[in-house]
Amino acid sequence: MTTALADSAIMLRRNVKHMLRYPSMTLFMILMPVLFLLLFVYILGGTIGPGGGAGHAGRGAYATFITPGILALTAVAVTTSTAVSVASDMTTGIAARFRAMPIARVAMLAGHVGGAVIQTVLGMVAVTAIALLVGFRATANAADWLAAAAILIMFAFALTWLAVALGLAAKTVESASNAPTPLIILPFLGSGFAATHSMPTAVRWFAEYQPFTPVINTVRGLLTGGPIGHNAAIAIAWCLVITLGSCLWASRRLRRGRG
Amino acid sequence: MSSATPEATTVRTAIAVSGLRKSYGEHTVLDGIDLTVQQGTVFALLGPNGAGKTTTVQILSTLIDADGGQVTLAGYELNSQPAKVREVIGVTGQYSAVDKLLTGRENLKLMASLYHLSRATAKTRTAELLERFDLTEAADKLVATYSGGMARKLDLAMTLVSDPAIIFLDEPTTGLDPRSRRTMWQIVKELTSGGVTIFLTTQYLEEADQLADQIALLDHGAVIAQGTPQQLKRMIPGGHITLRFADAETLSRAQAVIGRPGRADVAALSLQVPTSGSVPELRGILASLDDHGIDTAELTVHTPDLDDVFLTLTGR
Repeated sequence: MTTALADSAIMLRRNVKHMLRYPSMTLFMILMPVLFLLLFVYILGGTIGPGGGAGHAGRGAYATFITPGILALTAVAVTTSTAVSVASDMTTGIAARFRAMPIARVAMLAGHVGGAVIQTVLGMVAVTAIALLVGFRATANAADWLAAAAILIMFAFALTWLAVALGLAAKTVESASNAPTPLIILPFLGSGFAATHSMPTAVRWFAEYQPFTPVINTVRGLLTGGPIGHNAAIAIAWCLVITLGSCLWASRRLRRGRG
Repeated sequence: MSSATPEATTVRTAIAVSGLRKSYGEHTVLDGIDLTVQQGTVFALLGPNGAGKTTTVQILSTLIDADGGQVTLAGYELNSQPAKVREVIGVTGQYSAVDKLLTGRENLKLMASLYHLSRATAKTRTAELLERFDLTEAADKLVATYSGGMARKLDLAMTLVSDPAIIFLDEPTTGLDPRSRRTMWQIVKELTSGGVTIFLTTQYLEEADQLADQIALLDHGAVIAQGTPQQLKRMIPGGHITLRFADAETLSRAQAVIGRPGRADVAALSLQVPTSGSVPELRGILASLDDHGIDTAELTVHTPDLDDVFLTLTGR
């Protein structure tokens, strides 16, 4: 058990070194959500109200509305660099080297997962800071902030494991970087940028039941007041399902992988 | 060629393989092979692409599971003690398994950490290996800047960090220029002086001849011959002759006249014929070609090598 932790720590140090040497991946990861934030607040913010419906309550209100969605987008942005870093290991053959060594199997992925979580936390802090500059106003106390952070990190952890599985399943680094791309649309096809009740029936049905929506609703409720209802429980359930499913998929790929 | 004679009275078996089988769906890659490798020797698994060499190494190095058979490495049973096996082996493949985003030194230190070496041992061993593989100057540069040959050397250095008892070299010189190949051979020869057992796969007959104490020929998942390079060469006394002709028609006529199985290369207009190399036999072949009015453009006599073994055993 202790060697698993020690080995994981060593692999995490390796990933952090990678991140420090190639900051462009990390920068992109913050840039993408920030660009969307600026785009939506300044182009659409004047016409959409605080509830995500039509109105002229101003950009600040819209910024406040969409920040939880932007934070979810930050988690999605990290999935690309995670999938790429996992696929790189597999395709260069260093993963094969690790697998023939007496390293705890989980340690091989722990570095990528740990690195991704660190990137996500840093990214979310940076994005929140910029959102505050752009007009986001939270009505949360310290406990609410912590709870929101917890939900977001839990969700990021789940998406990271999905990204790891995608990276293991990919045959090339290019296809690994493309694989998580569909995830980008999910905050939009949910409650991230507009109220779901305004969407056409089929879309609304999808939006209300997909995993991003309860996560975003919970964070929004915690940070800006408003009802949470069952969203928190559903969000946590989704996190568990995605994490477990992805872990199983990843461990199957790792065992079977020829790389 | 290395020939390690163990000091001890008992010669230990480093690798014992019996009845190893592996199939991918309908395709049988390994069809029940048996191999034995003595400690401190170099064993070469020789065969063309697709013979099953890499699959064998992948199974022995715990990367994939076999469908059947028994394997023991350094006394540990492969199926029941894979973790123990991993502690005593090192693997270097055809493609450099190095971390390009780290420096050479950091790569070696990473290996040392993962093998739980003490800080002092890690430091000395890293320095020694960098020195030995002539990488000290480039040690603190990113591996992404290394040439192919340097990356391969680093790969081997990384494999040696843990001082393994058994080293797998999967096609170690494929893709290298002749000079780098010779350097690699020199390195491999030096490795065995420490009592390390080396399991090498190659498609290059000269490489097996140069490096191995024992060779097994693998063809389509079966071992078709096994022995020392000398023993294998003795299987086909005399080697072969190569006859070159003016055109394809003459070539096929010659093939018909000579009768015995030979390897024809239509593009080069040549015909390789295994012979004992004796003068009467040679005279007989040339005479029968003459009798049938077949002109031979060129004749070269080849001293026996492993190519001849393949030619004799598989007709290819």
